[in-house]
Amino acid sequence: MSTAPNSRSFLKRYGWVLAGLLIAALVVVFLAPAASSDPDGLDRVAEDKEFVEKGKDPAYEWLPDYTIPGVDNEWLSVVLAGLIGVGIVFGATLALGAAVRASRRART
Amino acid sequence: MTPIFLLHAADGFFSVPVSIVFWVITAAALAVSLRQVSARLDDRAIPLMGVMAAFIFAGQMFNFQIPGGTSGHLLGGVLAAVLLGPYAAAIVMACVIAVQAIVFQDGGLVVLGVNIFNMGLIGTFGGYAVYRAVAAALGGEAKGRLPAAAVAAWLSVVAAAVVCSFQLAVSGTTSLEAALVAMVGWHVIIGIGEAIITVGALAFIQASRADLLTLRDAPASS
Repeated sequence: MSTAPNSRSFLKRYGWVLAGLLIAALVVVFLAPAASSDPDGLDRVAEDKEFVEKGKDPAYEWLPDYTIPGVDNEWLSVVLAGLIGVGIVFGATLALGAAVRASRRART
Repeated sequence: MTPIFLLHAADGFFSVPVSIVFWVITAAALAVSLRQVSARLDDRAIPLMGVMAAFIFAGQMFNFQIPGGTSGHLLGGVLAAVLLGPYAAAIVMACVIAVQAIVFQDGGLVVLGVNIFNMGLIGTFGGYAVYRAVAAALGGEAKGRLPAAAVAAWLSVVAAAVVCSFQLAVSGTTSLEAALVAMVGWHVIIGIGEAIITVGALAFIQASRADLLTLRDAPASS
């Protein structure tokens, strides 16, 4: 990316990436707040078999349990945390992929 | 406090030896995956890795209700592997599960290797092998993609539940029989949700951008 991409050709080439991110964002906005609050499979077993208390508290808390500390509105807290997460995993995976590609370039 | 979104095994569920063993296995599998991706993956698949990570992260936040006061959520390993191949998919799953643990305190750091193995690698390697075998039996991927993905997705969830039961038992957390009955009992139902989401996502991509289905086997360009 040495030259700034022409915005039309950029959209044509990477429009599907934006569309994919939009779908992920829509899942966060519309589905995540409606998620079942019942324990998931492992948590349910942990409760039934009484080993849930073996779970240790985390050593630190950043966005614990997909919430933003200090944001009182539950919906907003979950949606913002989810959107931040979508951005982080997208960026982290892309960065890792780009690093791997760069290492291939360096070898050839 | 009732956990609402916390999905993954916390530190303490598995013993330290079990945690270490699975950290080693997971790290080795990821090292191999990085080498394979570096050597083989088409450059155009890299943005797809990012999109899959974003979608799987979002999808895992949606716990769907199953009967009996329990919920289930997407794992996504088979979906990622069908699109990206097992190696790139393993890296995607590791990124998602690591971010969940590091940033959102969902899943412990000591047991992160176990969580990546169970929820990522079983689907991306084991599930993918099942997918290829079933698709071949159905006359090739073009014909058998969706049913093969459904079978592989369901099996990957059930297999993860079985493996997790053994890890819990070896850790001395609970008895093997109790763990197996309970874990597999819930996850044969949760696996249906995994199959539905996996097939739905693949059908959507097949209808809208079928060219993305071929990136997995495209020759590496550099």
